[in-house]
Amino acid sequence: MAEFKKADSMLEWFDQRLGVINFAKVMMSEYWIPKNINFLWAMGVLLTVLFTFLVVSGIFLLMYYKPDANMAFDSVNYTIMQEVAYGWLFRHIHAVGASVVFLIIYIHMFTGIYYGSYKKGREMIWISGMLLFMLFSAEGFSGYMLPWGQMSYWAAYVITEIFGGIPFIGDELVVWIRGNFYVADATLTRFFMLHVLLIPLAIIGAIVFHFYALRFPHVNNEQGEFFDFDKESEKYLAGDKKHSKVIPFWPVFLSKDIFVLGVFLIFFFYLVFFHYGFAMDPINFDKANGLKTPAHIYPEWYFLWSYEVLRGWFFEIAGISGKDLGLMAFGFANIIFLVLPWLDRSPMVKPANQRPYFKYWFWLMIADLMVLTEFGKLPPTGPNAWVGFGASLVFLVLFIALPFITKAEAKKVKGK
Amino acid sequence: MKEFKILAVIIALVGITYYGIEPYAHSVMHPAVAPADFTFQDVKNVDTSLVGNEANGKVLVEANCIACHAIEKAGHPAVMPNADSAASYGVVPPDLSHAGRIYDKNYLANFIFDPVTAMHLQSKYNPENGKAFPMPSYNWMSPQDIMDVVAYLQSIAPKVADDKAGHKITFEAACGRCHNMQYAGIEATTPVDNLKTYMGATPPDLSQYIKSRGEHYLHSFINDPQILLKGTSMPRVGLTEKAQEEVIAYMEEVGDSKKAERESLGIWVMLYSAVFALLAYLWKRKIWEEVH
Repeated sequence: MAEFKKADSMLEWFDQRLGVINFAKVMMSEYWIPKNINFLWAMGVLLTVLFTFLVVSGIFLLMYYKPDANMAFDSVNYTIMQEVAYGWLFRHIHAVGASVVFLIIYIHMFTGIYYGSYKKGREMIWISGMLLFMLFSAEGFSGYMLPWGQMSYWAAYVITEIFGGIPFIGDELVVWIRGNFYVADATLTRFFMLHVLLIPLAIIGAIVFHFYALRFPHVNNEQGEFFDFDKESEKYLAGDKKHSKVIPFWPVFLSKDIFVLGVFLIFFFYLVFFHYGFAMDPINFDKANGLKTPAHIYPEWYFLWSYEVLRGWFFEIAGISGKDLGLMAFGFANIIFLVLPWLDRSPMVKPANQRPYFKYWFWLMIADLMVLTEFGKLPPTGPNAWVGFGASLVFLVLFIALPFITKAEAKKVKGK
Repeated sequence: MKEFKILAVIIALVGITYYGIEPYAHSVMHPAVAPADFTFQDVKNVDTSLVGNEANGKVLVEANCIACHAIEKAGHPAVMPNADSAASYGVVPPDLSHAGRIYDKNYLANFIFDPVTAMHLQSKYNPENGKAFPMPSYNWMSPQDIMDVVAYLQSIAPKVADDKAGHKITFEAACGRCHNMQYAGIEATTPVDNLKTYMGATPPDLSQYIKSRGEHYLHSFINDPQILLKGTSMPRVGLTEKAQEEVIAYMEEVGDSKKAERESLGIWVMLYSAVFALLAYLWKRKIWEEVH
């Protein structure tokens, strides 16, 4: 063991044992971020804070929640909402936080697409981010089941039913997932386990991985400019802070993020206290009843676009049933974002609006996702069904066409 | 400036999406219905402008009503235990102590004249299916006599306080024969097996109806269930607007008991966030001065 001299301060004592000074440098004061950024670069910190809110409120809810088909509904709506001091506050933060976390994830994700932050060395950042999106989706879905209301039950029924469409093993798979022939107590308890243990563990791992993936390619900037981070950071440390293209994570980058967070929290708490209906569907305040199907079944808003891709295919084409076509389209929609770095064949790393062809693709994609989201909620009858089909088709075409569009763009800008 | 533009684009996109999936989608799924009618104008068999005579009403009530109905407030206890009366009539007949207060005058008079028409339950009780409502029509009674009965019932109905205890009395009188309210420890006075036979299905527990249906829906629904739920066996009960408000207030006091706490705390937490944002802004300005 190395020789230890007596420490003169508490900091030194810890530094001798844990190397905290160096650690703080690497993680905070000498972790370099580009200066040329806007508030969209704060979404990562917002998401970290929201995830913390969800974990903390979740821990409090866990103390009173009862994962049992006979007790779950009342443990949430009576015990937590009415008996436990501020139980309602934790539930509102948890429910609204779960919904808003997806809003911020989408903003974060589309910011990445808009600025081309998924290519030229940043592929692993993108992939780990999409992995987080999938894990959050699973977390949201499993959590939505826990209050055991009508929408919990029927959303669980419809979504688990989707797996029945997988060839050969579908029917057995559905039973395996549900732990019963229908959605029942066994389904609730296993999704409870997933929601409070397995998926959160995976999420924490994926967050660490996502942060780690940022270290080597570095954070992108508003103009997609590539520069030498070592040179710029030396400039900064030498005192030329004004001309350096980088800023340290602490305190410069975080000071901006914390301000953005402050503004966001006003909005967030407005939703938590006064406008939470979008995140706590009224139908879910009816206790689950497997014999009574609600008039309208729809998933939470953040799943609506992919739900509509699934639902848009309602008629047979070339001998393949609408249901199977929908499933294929749904499968496509859920993995296609993951491979985006390889679909974009243009080497340009620029904001979308500075890219001659990609800008049309980007805004069309956003518009299509909005149409899908809207019609995913409306009843799929009459013209709605056709709009849904059209939007679903446009979604597929957009992603199939992306390599060709970006290839043409690469040619036009001559590989710049 | 540029940051504000970006923010404006995001707010616009999120706003349009929000409008589509919340207010608009819900207006499609739940179309607006005719406004609630608390005058019950559609039933006009009895001339309700006649002035009732309470003394004659008392005589008529004692001769015609108390064989089946309890009127605790006037010293007429229930004729038999709830289980027995439910077995005899299908459902426990209401105690009429509060009838004069909670039911609209026009409704009550027309109900006595012809209950099924007043309740809008013609689809459930009609000569074709041979089902008959347990209470007979008093269409042989003169309008003056009916108005005397109404006047008497109005004279004996006790006033209740405008607080949770008072709202509970109204709720129990108006809804308590068929509906449970588990979160308030209220159990329907009619045993559940009788109810299931009588209504065709077990009437729902109302503990969370203020949340699952909302005040707006309840306002129309209680006034006339057939408009929102065609064919339901729940009768139009004929509550006055005030009695209905008391019922809904009680449902909120039980189903959303933390509303006041939520709304007062909410303001403080938002204020706290605003101060936090302001301080963070000042700090950010100070820090970024060095690098810009």
